[in-house]
Amino acid sequence: MIYNLYIFNSAGDCLYYSEWRRKKQTDMSKDEENKLVYGMLHSLKSFVARISPDTSDSFQSYQTSTYRLSMYETPSGVKFVMNTGLELSLQSAREILHSLYKEVYVEFAVKNPMLSLQSPIDSELFRDKLEAFINSKMRE
Amino acid sequence: MSRSRSAVDPKRVSSELFSLTYGCMVAQLLKDFENPEEVNKQLDTMGYNIGVRLIDDFLAHTPSVTRCTTLEEVAEILCKQGFKMFLGIVPEVRNWSASKDKFSLVISENPLAEYVELPPHCQDTLWYSNIICGVIRGALEMVQMDVKCTFVGDTLRGNDSTEIEIKFVKILEDSLPAGED
Repeated sequence: MIYNLYIFNSAGDCLYYSEWRRKKQTDMSKDEENKLVYGMLHSLKSFVARISPDTSDSFQSYQTSTYRLSMYETPSGVKFVMNTGLELSLQSAREILHSLYKEVYVEFAVKNPMLSLQSPIDSELFRDKLEAFINSKMRE
Repeated sequence: MSRSRSAVDPKRVSSELFSLTYGCMVAQLLKDFENPEEVNKQLDTMGYNIGVRLIDDFLAHTPSVTRCTTLEEVAEILCKQGFKMFLGIVPEVRNWSASKDKFSLVISENPLAEYVELPPHCQDTLWYSNIICGVIRGALEMVQMDVKCTFVGDTLRGNDSTEIEIKFVKILEDSLPAGED
């Protein structure tokens, strides 16, 4: 079960947010929430790299008793963050995020020369393709 | 120039179209700007805009590639995977500087310049494939590496080889979002 999805660019701007099931809403505005999520991820990444007992690695996910947050970060700094139910394994979640990057983000956002990647993505095509992609993944 | 073909190979056709399209574009730029130096700059800018997007296409299709830490890794991946994926060629890496901060890429067969001969008035000033320099610069900037990328020789200009020099400038710091420490 996929609950919601954030896409951030390397500067920290939230390019896209979509939710499919969210029983509890936060009391923050969308802006504040996005900044909070990004800030948290940024801090976690830095913490994880510093504490790492082995070679430098990157933060991938955290898990609570009810949901898992998975993050897929590309070397170009684009971060895909997804909250899912626990029945979806981390491996599957990361695979979904990688496919999302390859089949939706690159094809319909990056390859669209009219779309700015420094501000929220405002494209019906992108929205439709992303929703279709996620729905197909949820049906599997 | 005729070429015998038993069946139309779609890949070959589209690469010719690509070369022709690029050629038309350079010819138009020369007409519009008249000054070959200015055209070099325009090609570099166009390449930069392509590069900042092309990098995501490349990274999505090669998930095994992680962010490079050294220029040597960059050279390796750029030639063996990057150029191979988009232009179908594998340039040679040569002329490493002593401090390993500079190297040259030598292209033996340039698909962009397949049917091209430079006119005399820009024989010594125009870098025909300068868009490639922009692409490399733009793509590497998105993985936080600042490089200077310039042509140092082109067979179209009568030099021995088509050679691009890539010089490492610095690693760009990941920018923090506003309001963070």
